[in-house]
Amino acid sequence: MNIIKKDAVILGGGPAGLAAALKLKEKGIDNIIILEREKKTGGILRQCIHDGFGIVRFKEALSGPEYADRFVQEVQRQNIEVQTEATVIGLTNDKIVTAATKEGLKKYQAKVVILTMGCRERTRGAISIPGTRPAGVYTAGVAQSYINLKNIMIGKKVVILGSGDIGLIMARRLTLEGAEVLAVIEKQPYPSGLPRNIEQCLNDYNIPLYLSHTVTNIQGKERLESVTVSKVDEKGQAIEGTEKEYNCDTLILSVGLIPENELSLQAGVELHPRTKGPIVDENLQTNVEGIYAAGNVLHVHDLVDFVSIEGEKLAESAAKYIKGEKGYESIIPVTTDHTINNVVPQKISGEQDVEISLRVSKPSKDGQIIMQQGNKVIMMKKFKKLNPAEMIHIKLKKEEIQSKEEIKVVVG
Amino acid sequence: MKQQYDVIIIGSGVVGSAIARELTRYEFKIGVLEKELDVVCETSGRNSGVIHAGFNNKPGSLMAKFCVEGCLGFDKVAKELDIPFKRIGKLVTGFTDEDMEILKKLKEQGDKNGVPGLRIISEEEIKKIDPNVAGKVALYSPMTGIVNPFIYTIALAENAYQNGAVFFFGREVVAIQRKEECYEVTTKNNEKYYAKWLINSAGLNSDQIARMVGITDYTIYPCRGEYFILDQKASAYLKVPAYPVPNKKEGGLGVHLTPTIDGNVLIGPSAEYLDEKDNYAATKEVMDKLVAEGTKILPQIKREHFIRNFSGIRPKLVEKETGGYADFVIEQREEIPNMINLIGIESPGLTSAVPIARYVVEKMKQKEELKENQNFNPIRKGILNFTEQTDERKAELIKENPNYGEIICRCESITKQEILEAIHNPLGVETVTGVKNRTRAMMGRCQGGYCQTRIAELIIQEKQKKVEEVIYSRQQGKMFVGGVR
Ligand SMILES: Cc1cc2nc3c(=O)[nH]c(=O)nc-3n(C[C@H](O)[C@H](O)[C@H](O)COP(=O)(O)OP(=O)(O)OC[C@H]3O[C@@H](n4cnc5c(N)ncnc54)[C@H](O)[C@@H]3O)c2cc1C
Ligand SMILES: Cc1cc2nc3c(=O)[nH]c(=O)nc-3n(C[C@H](O)[C@H](O)[C@H](O)COP(=O)(O)OP(=O)(O)OC[C@H]3O[C@@H](n4cnc5c(N)ncnc54)[C@H](O)[C@@H]3O)c2cc1C
Repeated sequence: MNIIKKDAVILGGGPAGLAAALKLKEKGIDNIIILEREKKTGGILRQCIHDGFGIVRFKEALSGPEYADRFVQEVQRQNIEVQTEATVIGLTNDKIVTAATKEGLKKYQAKVVILTMGCRERTRGAISIPGTRPAGVYTAGVAQSYINLKNIMIGKKVVILGSGDIGLIMARRLTLEGAEVLAVIEKQPYPSGLPRNIEQCLNDYNIPLYLSHTVTNIQGKERLESVTVSKVDEKGQAIEGTEKEYNCDTLILSVGLIPENELSLQAGVELHPRTKGPIVDENLQTNVEGIYAAGNVLHVHDLVDFVSIEGEKLAESAAKYIKGEKGYESIIPVTTDHTINNVVPQKISGEQDVEISLRVSKPSKDGQIIMQQGNKVIMMKKFKKLNPAEMIHIKLKKEEIQSKEEIKVVVG
Repeated sequence: MKQQYDVIIIGSGVVGSAIARELTRYEFKIGVLEKELDVVCETSGRNSGVIHAGFNNKPGSLMAKFCVEGCLGFDKVAKELDIPFKRIGKLVTGFTDEDMEILKKLKEQGDKNGVPGLRIISEEEIKKIDPNVAGKVALYSPMTGIVNPFIYTIALAENAYQNGAVFFFGREVVAIQRKEECYEVTTKNNEKYYAKWLINSAGLNSDQIARMVGITDYTIYPCRGEYFILDQKASAYLKVPAYPVPNKKEGGLGVHLTPTIDGNVLIGPSAEYLDEKDNYAATKEVMDKLVAEGTKILPQIKREHFIRNFSGIRPKLVEKETGGYADFVIEQREEIPNMINLIGIESPGLTSAVPIARYVVEKMKQKEELKENQNFNPIRKGILNFTEQTDERKAELIKENPNYGEIICRCESITKQEILEAIHNPLGVETVTGVKNRTRAMMGRCQGGYCQTRIAELIIQEKQKKVEEVIYSRQQGKMFVGGVR
């Protein structure tokens, strides 16, 4: 089979992939291709027709498609090669990429592979809700795709499990489409979506949010008939006697995203147990030389603006690698304890300033993020509010790093 | 509407479908009445998918005879029907001297039943067969195999269809009357079907169907078994089905781990007697138990490996208090001529389906001479699995047909061509689950998060349906309420 040589092959044309492609081009790397399985690039943004995108980057509240479009058009203007309706089905550690397209099976030999495949949603099976299996149980993203991309309405009386952003946004969307959203049920004692979405999607429409509650049973043989909701204790166990039944025809699950790394695994890329994305260094390079990752495939983001920025950062390092510039070796591990859900990158060189992205595991007020090496605090930053829903980005200056010893990031 | 047949088969699970196929070897006009919209909605689509070797059943029983026959003959059937089948072997493991005695008895029983190759093996040998399976001693059965029970049942039904049997879905039989020389069968939607011969293979409802003709001796006791399905990643930890020493009282084979032919792992089934026959719910208690026992057997399994659960219901002829197994009932009574009742076809019914079907034909032969169908063709072609092909073959396939170049289900790499073939299947099934059971699309780790919308859209487009008409699985299980405002 004919193998096409490329400097960079980008897997996935969402915001991360598009931003990476543009930056590579700016750095003078021309021989690149974006492989996207959908008919159009833009990634998950195409189905996010609400606004709120681009506030950081463009100082404007754009809709998802509008935000994506700015990148899509620029990619076109720059004549960057994009192959849509191309699903990557194979990736090796020596960077051979195989894609299925209508014109045939295509193989590329890349100097650099850029992983920007995004996420998948956690499902009912993954959280094991007991009960029957009728029609009418949808994940929030699937519901969004039916309603916003296919104009198909999925139900009339809805309960939403999980207060993730997609679920919150769907609560509003379903209400606007004439459905009755009975409640949003959240297992944690705090919401997992952004505060602005709680305000604009639930409070504005009088949709109740029940914290420390979960769905404990699903009833209905053909189409969903009702769900049982129970209170949970501190350990997340349902408390007997607190069951309440909601008659509804639809249950929406907004219970989390998981980075989609099946291809990465094929190539021997090591994943982090917390982020479920690749373990990367400060260049966003994985353990496999020449394979880089950014965006939701690396860790789940709250704001697309940071996804784009991450894509660009990746491209800067990847461009250097393609040109043969040797970077610093990342030998300092970055670790956390239980106070932090995850941190990226997981290793750095200490030879240059780096940005550390993280999510705390519990909400708190007047907290501080502390970085320490051994017993020595090397950085401390105060926050009025710490919220697991919001990703925190902290600059760590080269001068602050004391040694090659492990850096531990904690909430103090 | 008047429909006249030589034979009407009630229920098209694996047993009814196998009978339909076996009967098309003869010159018969065959009608199959099925209450659901597909052939695998009940027990036949809700089991372990194991082709048992036949050492669990009492010597001399129909169960033992058919199971051994079914197992030994499976290579041929699988080849004719173009379905995947693997003889991967099986371990029944024990720890104590007492276990050892039970295993020896099992082996003896198996030898008597004519099961080839049974061996009692040591811990060392267990580790050689599967290093992750715990046990001091085991019964090893090399003949045990695995199949995809959906594909198997569908294949039997499709081959029956190709050879002339007609399938009617959504036809629940509610009354049967004996008219002179023929039966009048009434369905819930008030259609009448007539036939000289009647075959009752209605699984969990076979007792009710028997009652419709006046046979009141049988009661089916539904006994539910719940499962968890693990991601294909978990299959790295398990090479062969690993069962504990059976517990007589439970009437199941105990919670065990079974690799599926598609590369997943099943944990289960449990065993729990129920009052209703159609309660397929999963319960928290059993789910917790399965997780606990499953991880005990294979500590490598993690929470993230659990992608789905389901349950199946055994149509048992024994009550909870009695426990264990009763033999299959396959009978024809003089006072109810030309009707064959199959009752209590629980495990190993999947394995036994073809021998059961042959036995039914033999019973009919005792009553009338059957004329062979010269045109019978045992060969059926399945849907080609794109992912399993080499890169060269994949390239060729796409060149011949660009629909192979479009991946619809990303987790299982199922192409548009495979989905289209499933939508246009010979049996005419149109549900989303029907496509799933024929292709594996939506069975992967994202459970349709990516492909379900595309499959629904293709059904709408290919079958020219309104969105309100798209059915998920069961008859009133509509997926959508209409368009957006
Ligand atoms: C419902 C929802 C609401 C959101 N709301 C906001 C908001 O209000 N404001 C905000 O700033 N952010 C929001 N976000 C977050 C933001 O949209 C995401 O973080 C961002 O889109 C992630 O970009 P990505 O490029 O990493 O992934 P994606 O956008 O998911 O793109 C991945 C791309 O890769 C392609 N792909 C995957 N696998 C393959 C393969 N094997 N072969 C070829 N192509 C492949 C996919 O088709 C897809 O196009 C929201 C996200 C969601 C889901
Ligand atoms: C948990 C579990 C695990 C098992 N594991 C195995 C295994 O590993 N190996 C093995 O060999 N066997 C196994 N079995 C047994 C096997 O699944 C069954 O023996 C077999 O599927 C029975 O097939 P059937 O066609 O008789 O029943 P079914 O598949 O239930 O078919 C009966 C059909 O009749 C239809 N029907 C019912 N009432 C009416 C009516 N009034 N009108 C019209 N149609 C009607 C139903 O809708 C159904 O489709 C297992 C069973 C269970 C429950």
